[in-house]
Amino acid sequence: MSTVRDWAAPNPITENRSGLIGKPVDRYEGRLKVTGTAPYAFEVETPSAPLYGHIVSATIARGRIAGIDLSQAASAPGVVLVWSHLNVPVQAQRGAKLNPRSQRGSNPALGSDRVEHYGQSVAFILADTPENARAAEARIRITYEASDADLDFGSFIDSAGPVPGEEDARIGDFEAGYSASAVTVDATWFSPLQNHAQMEPCATTAWWEGDKVVVHTSIQMVKGGQHALAETLGIPSDRVRLLTRYIGGGFGGKGQSYDDLTLAALAARESGRPVRVAYTRRQMFQATVHRPAVQMRVRLGADGTGRLNAMALEAVTHCARNSTFVEHAAEFARNLYAAPHRLTGHRLVRLDIPHAGAMRAPGEAPGMLSLECAMDELADRLGMDPIALRIRNEPEVDPDNAKPFSIRQLVRCMQEGAQQFGWDRRNPTPGAVRDGRWYVGMGMATAIRGNFLLPAKAGLRLTGDGLATLTQGMTDIGTGTYTILAQITGETLGLPLDQVRVELGDSDMPPAPGSGGQFGAATAGSAAFETGMVMRRRLAELATSDPRSPLYGEDPLLMDFANGNIVLGNRSESLATLASRAGPEGVYVEGSISPAADARDWSQHTYGAQFAEVGVDSVTGEVRLRRMFGVFAAGRILNAKLAKSQITGGMIWGVGAALTESNAVDPRYGSFLHQDLGGYLAPVHADIVNLDAVLLDEADDKANPMGIKGVGELGICGSGAAIANAVYNACGVRLRDYPLTPDKVLAALEAKGL
Amino acid sequence: MRTEIRVNGVDHAVDVDTRTSLLDFLREQLDLKGSKKGCDHGQCGACTVLVNGVRINACLSLAVMHDGDEVTTIEGLASGEALHPLQQAFLTEDAFQCGYCTPGQICSAVGLMAEIAAGQPSEATADLNAKVVLTDAEIRERMSGNLCRCSAYPQILAAVRRAAGAAA
Repeated sequence: MSTVRDWAAPNPITENRSGLIGKPVDRYEGRLKVTGTAPYAFEVETPSAPLYGHIVSATIARGRIAGIDLSQAASAPGVVLVWSHLNVPVQAQRGAKLNPRSQRGSNPALGSDRVEHYGQSVAFILADTPENARAAEARIRITYEASDADLDFGSFIDSAGPVPGEEDARIGDFEAGYSASAVTVDATWFSPLQNHAQMEPCATTAWWEGDKVVVHTSIQMVKGGQHALAETLGIPSDRVRLLTRYIGGGFGGKGQSYDDLTLAALAARESGRPVRVAYTRRQMFQATVHRPAVQMRVRLGADGTGRLNAMALEAVTHCARNSTFVEHAAEFARNLYAAPHRLTGHRLVRLDIPHAGAMRAPGEAPGMLSLECAMDELADRLGMDPIALRIRNEPEVDPDNAKPFSIRQLVRCMQEGAQQFGWDRRNPTPGAVRDGRWYVGMGMATAIRGNFLLPAKAGLRLTGDGLATLTQGMTDIGTGTYTILAQITGETLGLPLDQVRVELGDSDMPPAPGSGGQFGAATAGSAAFETGMVMRRRLAELATSDPRSPLYGEDPLLMDFANGNIVLGNRSESLATLASRAGPEGVYVEGSISPAADARDWSQHTYGAQFAEVGVDSVTGEVRLRRMFGVFAAGRILNAKLAKSQITGGMIWGVGAALTESNAVDPRYGSFLHQDLGGYLAPVHADIVNLDAVLLDEADDKANPMGIKGVGELGICGSGAAIANAVYNACGVRLRDYPLTPDKVLAALEAKGL
Repeated sequence: MRTEIRVNGVDHAVDVDTRTSLLDFLREQLDLKGSKKGCDHGQCGACTVLVNGVRINACLSLAVMHDGDEVTTIEGLASGEALHPLQQAFLTEDAFQCGYCTPGQICSAVGLMAEIAAGQPSEATADLNAKVVLTDAEIRERMSGNLCRCSAYPQILAAVRRAAGAAA
């Protein structure tokens, strides 16, 4: 196993001689996307005319299907088959694993008469057209026996239980430290249930080739989806080929497969035809995972100079009764600020609602909405600048485990951000700045998000036409994977970008863990880099051992790669020639990356500082973003343009979390109050003005051989807190119940007599 | 029902199910899958196409309502290999990530330019008696019917500005 020291030597990426690393090149697949020719899962070409599936959803929260009559639907025009739990083909029990090494167990659809949440699939219609499939739903008669359901998170918060296998993290003696503190903050925040609302609904196109099923589906993890389907069908995974080349947004919500995949595969087998199945927008809300609501109590105790003595963040969240997921909203607080006495932990409520799951920066996204506002309150109480307070509590080593930081530029992020944003123009007195009917204020918050490297592989083929083709069972969910892998491969081999191809999203390709947890670029990219290095060694051996090469007889370790050639001094040979000589298939190699044995000896995170200026309408209570700016440190940046897009996209998610995004369970039915994009208010174009970000120069030599880190989730961290702090600075109102909608703002202004 | 419709310059005379939306007609019958289905009820804008030069949500319209109409989809904007200036601007400014809303955004921006050229005001127009000009506020307002969950809004604004600058 390698250690981080093995990564310290200069390599083609860190040397970056052709300058492809960091270069703001256009998106690799961009042309396909702007011309509408990138085929998403529902749109792929099928070997023959497809049939269309439509899923029917439960309308109770908990209970059983007492009766279901499919006969009228089965005889409806164009209908090929109709299934319920009574006649769906046999599938393995939920969670079952034929192969113990499967990453995911069976995920059966329509598996029993039990209903575990509103919106669960209860029937499936396959028809010749989408119209006929949808119309047949009205002919299905279902009667339910409803059971009592636990639906209202708020009424169970006080009786929340511990998280299985998890204990509170305690350092020092929080209670003693807190009560001995001169200045304290004790307040509770609430972040509501949120939905991913990816633009592309989950969808699958499936067909069978003999005893093998081919599925194109919209999923972030290739292997997980392949294994889940194989286990569901009870077949070995090499009889499932899963492809996911273009994905219309994931954000964590497509980390797993859903019933569209299972039902499309089953229906294609039963009908002998290709089948397309997509979730409706309503089903996206009701039948995929969501970010659960979190209640967070923060207690901070400091001395008169602002030095933290005690810090606690206790989070209560919820998940589905039979599917454990924990929104670890307190975890980031362990690594952020120094304080000798610390307490963080989570409690869990089980509800009869759809499964909770990962959504962009799970943990940090809601968690930072509490602690970063508590820090603002503490600064206010101390009469200190919020940045000065944070710098005073900047730790020298990780306060959770005393490990050294691999690199931590948090203070620099705050200082450079303050300068570029014009923080010195902030009036620290709340409500002091007016612009007509608007109260105007500024706020800031920090951002922290972990960095990870997972094992991954890649394949690389060099062909006689001089093209290098990287293949990887990896995904690009809009993150830029295609592009950065092309840049890494080009730089490693000394090839111009127009001679590099990247093929992703196919379970037949060397596996990578997929997109999630901000680990995609580092993980897939490092595997691509290592594979490129394997190719360099192979090509050097080929050239130096072949009498036909001008480099014959030379030391392969001395070879260089530049401008499409293998080079030694003034002698060179083109890679195309080398590949042609190797045979019609060219040269193919595979490579891999694994975490270093000592990687966890360092505390490793990405950091940032967020700044916002808002206006609060004194008449309507509406909060409008006026400008926003962030400075971030996230390792070496592979593509300045795409990385910034990721970061600003995340910041805008924070704007949504602070101001508009919220869902709730209707306690009568167990359904979500908002089941469409008209009710669930993700930010729209007019909500976002003057928003920009800067990424600092950085290389983290403990992260991976390239010194890169992730940027996909960092931008949302702390973003909403900066806005909430700006709202306070604008009008003097502390609102701790997100989102900060006009009704809440107006009530708070009125309560203050404003 | 018999419907004659011109799509991207090609005439089609077809029998259409009266329940078929213009969006499903384009995607499933003409195999023009560039127009996307994000919500299927007019809230996301991913299905935006141009009908007789005016942008509409193709999911909110039945195909049979377009007898005699001329429809332009994302597939009809480029001339051969040469991208439409808005397509090129979206690429240059990185005005998308996952790409699913992108065809709708671009068609919407084409419609927006035509509205400005025709002097049609919007909610963001300060002076209804003056000539309508393409301000940032106009772009943000007029593009707000096209959701982008990746939140490429700053880049979309820059792309529309870039394309408008090239056209001016």
